[in-house]
Amino acid sequence: MPEWSPYLAGAGIGVLSWVAFLLSDKPLGVCTAFAKTAGMIERKWTKGASLERPYWKIVPPGIDWQWMVVLGILIGGFLSAWLSGTFMPDLVPDMFAAAFGNSAAFRILTAILGGLLLGFGARMAGGCTSGNGISGGLQLQITSWTAVVCFFVAGIATAMVLYGVVL
Amino acid sequence: MTEGGRFPSLHGNRQVQLAIGLAIGIAFGFLLQKGGVSRYDIIMGQLLLVDFTVLKLMFTAIVVGTIGIHAMRAAGLVRLHTWRGPMNGIIAGGLIFGVGFAVLGYCPGGSMAALGQGSLDALFGILGILAGTWIYAVTYPKIVSSFLGKGVPKHDTLPEALGVSPWILIIPLTVLVSGLFWALEMAGY
Repeated sequence: MPEWSPYLAGAGIGVLSWVAFLLSDKPLGVCTAFAKTAGMIERKWTKGASLERPYWKIVPPGIDWQWMVVLGILIGGFLSAWLSGTFMPDLVPDMFAAAFGNSAAFRILTAILGGLLLGFGARMAGGCTSGNGISGGLQLQITSWTAVVCFFVAGIATAMVLYGVVL
Repeated sequence: MTEGGRFPSLHGNRQVQLAIGLAIGIAFGFLLQKGGVSRYDIIMGQLLLVDFTVLKLMFTAIVVGTIGIHAMRAAGLVRLHTWRGPMNGIIAGGLIFGVGFAVLGYCPGGSMAALGQGSLDALFGILGILAGTWIYAVTYPKIVSSFLGKGVPKHDTLPEALGVSPWILIIPLTVLVSGLFWALEMAGY
């Protein structure tokens, strides 16, 4: 089946968080792995000199458990789409094209800009929709519930403006 | 009180942990893609409040997750991994994340699953995320020494702050979320 009920998929992710705590003593998260990857790229680029940066002392670049989770997400996404016969290379999503036109360059530009804000914001907020939204949320963490409210308040406002629902 | 995981030898084995991480990631990506949250149209539908797939998936994961984790914690099988940080930065970062969420149309984990399903725009989103985390790393010393590094709460979690058992919050949360789902289904979402 190409799609499952979001309740079923959500319950599966909830159970997966049990497995992560039980077998790995870790909460599910994604964003630190992106930061570590950026650190590994910078380390290669500067031949190690960048490791003096204070942030890399707190978040040491390297491959760890979470990095493997993020690699797995790519594989899992592919397997899910491929097994249900919906794998299809595509650059401009239908809804984006209907609103902003079919320009690949414009889509690439917005994707990079959106990604920049996501990456920067996720680090400042201490996690993304996985680390804060799911793991922090289920642990009833104060900062995570605050972050999630901010994610959706700004996300809804921005989407409404971009799609001309308001303003 | 001492608490900890039940399997220290398992948790300490790096190779086994990397393999478990990969397996968990594959299952996670599979569920994100099957649940629809790796699709631009679904994310934007949620942010435009016309499709509630993201909310349904996320809150089901939180409710199922919180019941299991707190039950296993009570049984001494797992420990929590909570932290506290500066609320000013959390709020500012959360708002910046929200803007990026609507501009890209994928979340960071979702963008990996999206690339897996063939959505090539997610690849550019991932490159942006890498650059964004790097900019944060570079500006980190300035950020933490500014007002953004202030406002750390006294407690990690809501039950700690309120001085109550987590179940005092988990039970009403479960009822509230179930009621919300019922209302969404009744309203035809």
